[in-house]
Amino acid sequence: MGSSSGEEGEEEWVPPSRRPELADVAPLPQADGPCPVVSIAYRGDFHEVMDYFRALYAAGERSPRALRLTADAIHLNPGNYTVWHFRRVVLEALDADLLLEMHFVDQIAESNPKNYQVWHHKRWLAEKIGPDAANSEHDFTRKILAMDAKNYHAWSHRQWVLQALGGWESELQYCNQLLEEDVFNNSAWNQRYLVVTRSPILGGLAAMRDSEVDYTVEAIMVNPQNESPWRYLRGLYKDDNNLLVADNRISDACLKVLNKDWTCVFALSFLLDLLRMGLQPSDELKGTIEAMENSDPETGHADIAVAVCSILQKCDPLRINYWSWYQTTLSS
Amino acid sequence: MSALGERCHLYLCCFLNRSKLSIRDNLYKFMLLMKDKSGAFRMHDGGEIDVRACYTAISVASLVNILDDELAKGVGNYIASCQTYEGGIAGEPSAEAHGGYTFCGLAAMVLLNEVEKLDLPSLIGWVAFRQGVECGFQGRTNKLVDGCYSFWQGAAIALAQKLMAGSDEQSKQSQPSKLSSVDDSCGTSSSGLASEKSSIVDYAKIGFDFMKQSNQIGPLFHNIALQQYILLCAQVPEGGLRDKPGKNRDHYHSCYCLSGLSVSQYSAMTGSVSCPLPQHMLGPYSNLLEQIHPLYNVVLEKYEEAYEFFSSE
Repeated sequence: MGSSSGEEGEEEWVPPSRRPELADVAPLPQADGPCPVVSIAYRGDFHEVMDYFRALYAAGERSPRALRLTADAIHLNPGNYTVWHFRRVVLEALDADLLLEMHFVDQIAESNPKNYQVWHHKRWLAEKIGPDAANSEHDFTRKILAMDAKNYHAWSHRQWVLQALGGWESELQYCNQLLEEDVFNNSAWNQRYLVVTRSPILGGLAAMRDSEVDYTVEAIMVNPQNESPWRYLRGLYKDDNNLLVADNRISDACLKVLNKDWTCVFALSFLLDLLRMGLQPSDELKGTIEAMENSDPETGHADIAVAVCSILQKCDPLRINYWSWYQTTLSS
Repeated sequence: MSALGERCHLYLCCFLNRSKLSIRDNLYKFMLLMKDKSGAFRMHDGGEIDVRACYTAISVASLVNILDDELAKGVGNYIASCQTYEGGIAGEPSAEAHGGYTFCGLAAMVLLNEVEKLDLPSLIGWVAFRQGVECGFQGRTNKLVDGCYSFWQGAAIALAQKLMAGSDEQSKQSQPSKLSSVDDSCGTSSSGLASEKSSIVDYAKIGFDFMKQSNQIGPLFHNIALQQYILLCAQVPEGGLRDKPGKNRDHYHSCYCLSGLSVSQYSAMTGSVSCPLPQHMLGPYSNLLEQIHPLYNVVLEKYEEAYEFFSSE
């Protein structure tokens, strides 16, 4: 627990007060003031480590023993950002081995994968190490994501590494793999969006859109109740409604889904957006909508968008308030 | 005795006012140091930059009346760059749309008077679909519902309700209405004319005026369903609230489930209605909580006291 390389050996932990290297340090108690309220009942070891930390911190020390002590403090509370900050200051002053440090923080990260400080420290380190860190950082986030495929910090870190240090080559394939494992993984769809729009090797959204539409429509057909590909599909045509409306594959997909299940909310919702953007409904589409309306005793609506909206109020009762409001925004 | 009380009160006010000045001064300096060149804020010295930090800085600055063009510069553009293809807002550009960051982003934009930089209909569309069959809100698409999102997502919608024009507005398309406490003619918000000494925008007043307007539209989520989730699933029989059944209670979930419950109870008040009606609430009327200010998550009454205190000089 004491060394910067993070060796969790069988050695017994020695409290700071009994470490020869800290013998000259006067521990500095926490300044709680004369009448502390809601005092925390710190455990003995925590109390002692922090008293010694405060002493070195207040003295502005930049030594190997200070580095070692921050490791103790971090193990006791990896959320203490002041300790992490001080550790960074000491690391810089000592011109410490950054690869060893990355190994240290990785150990903390594995047992605290949702801790902000840990990931920020990794980012700081990786930036200093540079492009050489790309592979190991991608390996690390892959490992974390294998345990929790939606860990927000891991994904943010992975994205940062891609954009700052590279490693795009196999990223689309990685997304494919994750989506094969779980096509409902929205984080993987989000990552796909990043790769497709920002990868320097793929040519950008315009170049990728066609194949991506096919990929996404296929995913929709297999699981029309999966919200992720529907949103992704919409995203592929972000800022270009005209292109979206003109792509027949999209309206065809909606129709196909509705013919199998006329209550599919995502299909109805997508259709509604298309109509609102100026889609001219085919006779087949009009027929399908009318058939949906006929299964409902209320009178039909002249405006097909309004018709779809009222169908949604029936099929998606949880969002009845949203659809009612949406209906008021439709121009008559 | 009352004279003594009055003098104590006077001394206390003087003390607070004097401390107020130095506290606000130091806080302002600290915040400026936390500002990154991108316009966004760090959580702490050398800390991470994200939408959460932007909201923390902006909301506190607003509350304490130290928000100015210098602090506000560039934040709006950063937050706008965090809105994803899904419509929600992420913690950082390109990350996944997430309820917590969506609230932080939207609330900060309102306080900065830069909501027009967001695609609000797209945002609302995303949030509305975060209400799951369990009736609570999920934080991200295809993830599980969690009681704390009752606030993050619920309040985001509550904010939108005040921003979206109703159907009787001139424009047929719903456009977010810009708040009226700003002199629009100069529009210096984020183009960064830093040489301007005084703000044309009275930033602190935005938060205050926000609650003076009534909801333009009714709730966009199923408010009764949300209350069902909070009261029936998120409560722990021994007291306190939780993420979901099977999870333990904690203070964070207790806070945000309750805040979400309050938001939900007050969400259906439109027009001239001055308090929630029984049909807007699940359970007996005694279930009614204090109203919170959805931009700050502070009891409205307390916020108004704070506003008075920090706006007096």
